[in-house]
Amino acid sequence: MSMVIDREAAGLVKVVLELEVANHAGVMSHICGLFARRAFNVEGILCMPLPDATRSRIWLLVFEDQRLEQMIKQVEKLEDVISVVRHGADHAVFERLETFFR
Amino acid sequence: MKQMTGAELIVRLLERQGIETVCGIPGGAILPFYDAIGQCDTIRHVLARHEQGGGFMAQGMARVSGKPEVCLASSGPGATNLVTAIADAKLDSIPMVAITGQVPLGMIGTDAFQEVDTYGMTIPLTKHNFLVRDAAELLEVIPEAFRIAMSGRPGPVLVDVPKDVQCQLVSFDDYPPVAAPDALPALDLAAIEKAAEMINAAEQPVLYLGGGVIHSGASHLAVTLAEQGGLPTTMTLMALGAMPIDHPLSIGMLGMHGARYTNYVLEESDLLICVGARFDDRAIGKAAEFCPKAKIIHVDIDPAELHKIKTAHVGITGDVTQVIEALLPLVQVKLRKRWLSHVASLKDRFPLAMPDADNPRSHYGLVHAVADALDDEAVIATDVGQHQMWVAQAYPFRRPRQWLTSGGLGTMGFGLPTAIGAALAAPERTVVCFTGDGSLKMNIQEMATLAEEDLNVKIVLMNNNSLGLVYQQQTLFYGKRPVASKYKRAVDFLKIAEGFGLEAVNLDTADNPAATLAEALQRPGPCLIHCSIDREEFVYPMVPPGAANTEMIG
Repeated sequence: MSMVIDREAAGLVKVVLELEVANHAGVMSHICGLFARRAFNVEGILCMPLPDATRSRIWLLVFEDQRLEQMIKQVEKLEDVISVVRHGADHAVFERLETFFR
Repeated sequence: MKQMTGAELIVRLLERQGIETVCGIPGGAILPFYDAIGQCDTIRHVLARHEQGGGFMAQGMARVSGKPEVCLASSGPGATNLVTAIADAKLDSIPMVAITGQVPLGMIGTDAFQEVDTYGMTIPLTKHNFLVRDAAELLEVIPEAFRIAMSGRPGPVLVDVPKDVQCQLVSFDDYPPVAAPDALPALDLAAIEKAAEMINAAEQPVLYLGGGVIHSGASHLAVTLAEQGGLPTTMTLMALGAMPIDHPLSIGMLGMHGARYTNYVLEESDLLICVGARFDDRAIGKAAEFCPKAKIIHVDIDPAELHKIKTAHVGITGDVTQVIEALLPLVQVKLRKRWLSHVASLKDRFPLAMPDADNPRSHYGLVHAVADALDDEAVIATDVGQHQMWVAQAYPFRRPRQWLTSGGLGTMGFGLPTAIGAALAAPERTVVCFTGDGSLKMNIQEMATLAEEDLNVKIVLMNNNSLGLVYQQQTLFYGKRPVASKYKRAVDFLKIAEGFGLEAVNLDTADNPAATLAEALQRPGPCLIHCSIDREEFVYPMVPPGAANTEMIG
């Protein structure tokens, strides 16, 4: 039986990561695969191309645990990742989306 | 205006990158590229007998030259066979470019014959990978692949090229510039000053060198740093050769099969200066109990390695060569008589025991006899298992890139094809492949490649007719219940070698084994040197997996 960990109940704080990445097929696989194989759960993910279409922006919602700094460094190492910015959980991007998940 | 096919373009770009030898196996989806290679006079193709062998040959070339080297495979099973060699290169930070054929673009995603998602499959194993969708992209992708493979922390890059992209005509004005490595990270001078202060203030410092020192070409600088600061110096498996083993400041290899005194010296250190190493579990044992009294300075070109396993007091992202060069003027000359004499007394009391080392038919004795018959110019490759650890413990490594071994992935089958690659890159050197009977069987087909290329590779086979390190662990940690570790039948390796067209000598039956061994090593060309080893000989000392380094057995 799989175990569901309630990270919110465990007192972990949510963090929003804003990634600017190269826009081509496979970038999402690189990023999602990195989180999955390091057993770091991603609570939410959004991705859309930017107006110039050579780049995309990815928003990730994650819980902050002691491995988050290491995860960010690993993400920054990916060739297709141009920048990573860290925001608090109160960032509007996921809050506004909540209406679609009720 | 230039016009050519995608396949020809890849060949021209490899030529411009200085590639002289490529290794691989052809198949349907990569035939246009092979046709182009066949018409190229400057690039030699070495035909492996299994794609994994081809991948390790490229690794052998890269480990000797320090430059990215190229391996080739077709789609589907060709690519899946190559995967282990790519993963091995990733874990040991070896620069390599793998080029794979893929089914034509229009057939991708249709479960076509010999189709596999090579791109998806190699994401977690490569530093970066590409699926080329248009031949014009090759102008950018191939130089990028080389740039990424050799920049910063080196690693493998895969380029998957559909068959129709190889055949597609592409027109362009000029070739792109030859790829060069990225500029090195800027030096953090404040951190370097802080590190120098800590080194100068330390009472019982230890210098801990990793494979990054070899990759950066910083061995001589590391030795200078040790001499200037009076720093006892330990090396990881990947760093052997960075400091000559008989240097007075060398305390040998640390970790699971390090000498007792080495792990005891680390236990007592008050400052650990980690340079180009990554606190691997086989090197440091239980992380929480490693160097309990020490502050840590960590230098690595990969920022993600800093604070990953152990939090450093000073973390420096940088190229090891540049960081040591900046450190040297700030580090005081110290004799450290009290600390070094304590280190010497620990070495006297807890040395590495090498029983029966004068007998060339014993495990340590064979390693010594090979070393006695060769000089430091020889290249020493190994497979994975007991023989690998015995060689790591007993062979007198004295120069960087003398020692080629699978450290991170621990791949049995690594030795023979890697030794072939080393001989391709350095034909003037004698290349020895120490192997075991379990490992040799995992890429034994490359004996055919070795015979065909007639390279100066000597396979020294320590044969105990078992998976010795498994048998050892089962004996020590699983209640002496060996399972699936003892072969029920013995293989006649001498006949096998002969069948592949190799010379073979048997030390078991030789009247004077040391002389027979020396003759075989000195005779040019490939040879199998067979020696039976007692299955009950174990690698000692041994830190049980998961235990602290001070809890050694034996």
